[in-house]
Amino acid sequence: MPLTQADFNAVLLSLQLASLTTVLLLLIGTPIAWWLAQTNSWLKQPLGAIVALPLVLPPTVIGFYLLVSMGPHGYIGQLTQSLGLGTLTFTFTGLVIGSVFYSLPFVVQPLQNAFEAIGRAPLEAAATLRANPWDAFCTVVLPLAKPGFMTAAILGFAHTVGEFGVVLMIGGNIPGKTQVASVQIYNHVETLEYAQAHWLAGGMLAFSFIVLLALYSSRRRGRQGWQ
Amino acid sequence: MIDRLFGGKPLAPPHKEQNLIRARFKIERPGFVLDVDLSLPGRGISALFGHSGSGKTSCLRCFAGLDQAPDAYLQVNGELWQDSATGQFVAPHRRALGYVFQDANLFAHLSVRRNLEFGHKRIPAHSRRVPLEQAVELLGIGHLLQRMPENLSGGERQRVAIARALLTSPRLLLLDEPLASLDLKRKLEVLPYLERLHAELDIPILYVSHSPDEVARLADHLVVLEEGRVQASGPLKETLLRPDLPFLFEEDAEAVVDGSVSHYDPDYRLLSIRLSGTDAVLQLTHAPLATGKPVRVKLKARDVSLSLHQARDTSLLNLLPARVEHWLTLANQAQILVSLRVGDERMIARITRYSFDKLGIHAQQALWVQVKSVSLLASD
Repeated sequence: MPLTQADFNAVLLSLQLASLTTVLLLLIGTPIAWWLAQTNSWLKQPLGAIVALPLVLPPTVIGFYLLVSMGPHGYIGQLTQSLGLGTLTFTFTGLVIGSVFYSLPFVVQPLQNAFEAIGRAPLEAAATLRANPWDAFCTVVLPLAKPGFMTAAILGFAHTVGEFGVVLMIGGNIPGKTQVASVQIYNHVETLEYAQAHWLAGGMLAFSFIVLLALYSSRRRGRQGWQ
Repeated sequence: MIDRLFGGKPLAPPHKEQNLIRARFKIERPGFVLDVDLSLPGRGISALFGHSGSGKTSCLRCFAGLDQAPDAYLQVNGELWQDSATGQFVAPHRRALGYVFQDANLFAHLSVRRNLEFGHKRIPAHSRRVPLEQAVELLGIGHLLQRMPENLSGGERQRVAIARALLTSPRLLLLDEPLASLDLKRKLEVLPYLERLHAELDIPILYVSHSPDEVARLADHLVVLEEGRVQASGPLKETLLRPDLPFLFEEDAEAVVDGSVSHYDPDYRLLSIRLSGTDAVLQLTHAPLATGKPVRVKLKARDVSLSLHQARDTSLLNLLPARVEHWLTLANQAQILVSLRVGDERMIARITRYSFDKLGIHAQQALWVQVKSVSLLASD
């Protein structure tokens, strides 16, 4: 038995975290990406830069700020405490919030690129064909942006699975709650269980490769399909 | 003038506006001005003609509401779509208009059939005046319904786009250079369908073009735009002959005359066309056409010359009695454009100033017009 129960739990938790985060990111990222793609406001560049911050910041920096703000003395922590929710640090919910920040650019940027590539022309055609803006978004933009949504979902999911620094900072290492696969590999190495580490690390490597392979082949199909 | 005093609002009671398009758009941006005030007939094809950058497309986009001019008034056959004086602006998707974009702009993710249905199913069933089958038949696209837009030729795309626009039963059809992106062969493929639109549907059409040929062939009413301003607006034939429009005249001056087929000689392949209001006949070699069929003919000014007597020993087929109306000396000072009346129709001749003086041409003079070359515009 190459994987222990704890390993399985860690993998399962990673998948749960990544799935929930991806769904939330698509819901949050779509309006942000749409706004960024459409606006001429001076806020476009500052907001775009903020969304892209996790691309360049060390995850420990994001984790540190989230830890402080979600802690008992931080703004978020005081808010959640006053709502009777306690603090979110070292909880699964806290990890989800951290992951949403951490993976935001990986969802927003492909969506924004897709929306910008679609341009105004199909929307104008839809408007002259009696579709109101919401109708046009649902029936024209969403289907045309489907490859962008695929890319965004896959990247958001895979990036969240690969998250380590943020998890360690705000989630700690609590089995079944915050102990995800990437952290579990770290635990194995710490305790010199290299064989166990190999199984998990190899699994993650294969997973990432398959995900990216699927992504690139779907893009190729997409290009043939749409153009 | 009075219109302006009242903020551009129509003074006539609404029923007078039923067959009229009133449009005033004013946009001033650095490097770009659009300042038009138009009264267009509420039926037939009105061409917005001008060079690229003359504001034609901007003007059309204002009609559709895709661009919003800050100072604007637009009423189409009794329906108010925009009035900046009262802040009224009907959003594009609430305007009963059809818009055909320069590059067709079909939805890439939908089949031809679903592209056609897109607008059709979004209007209430009781206001669908154009059935799907009719639009498909009119544009000859029945065999394309299952295809995706990427598998269509440029001409097919434009025909689908026109049918898609028609299927929203528009009260105004806007065509933005629908032929500009097509090569000559595709143009000739789409043009007959545009003529059928004109003949078979009672929808006013605004047609943007920079091609004198297309305008001469299709339009009833001509608006000439230059640098965002209206240079001329009026019925096609009269506007083409206006002597104060330098760029319509000059090198490419031409006249359009209407007539009907009076005879066909199969031996010489010679088609005779009788012009309205006269016995005069224009002849050209052409494929057979049915006698009585109405046709439109284009005469380039440089192909028309003048003679004081009816020359009998000439290879030219077309000698028509004419009367001089007025003339214009071209900028080069060497040539003169002479406007002439033949029956009810008018044409222009481009002759040298030397000949003009030698022949002693004066107003109302009766003389003979010799036409070297005639081309048929509207025929199937």
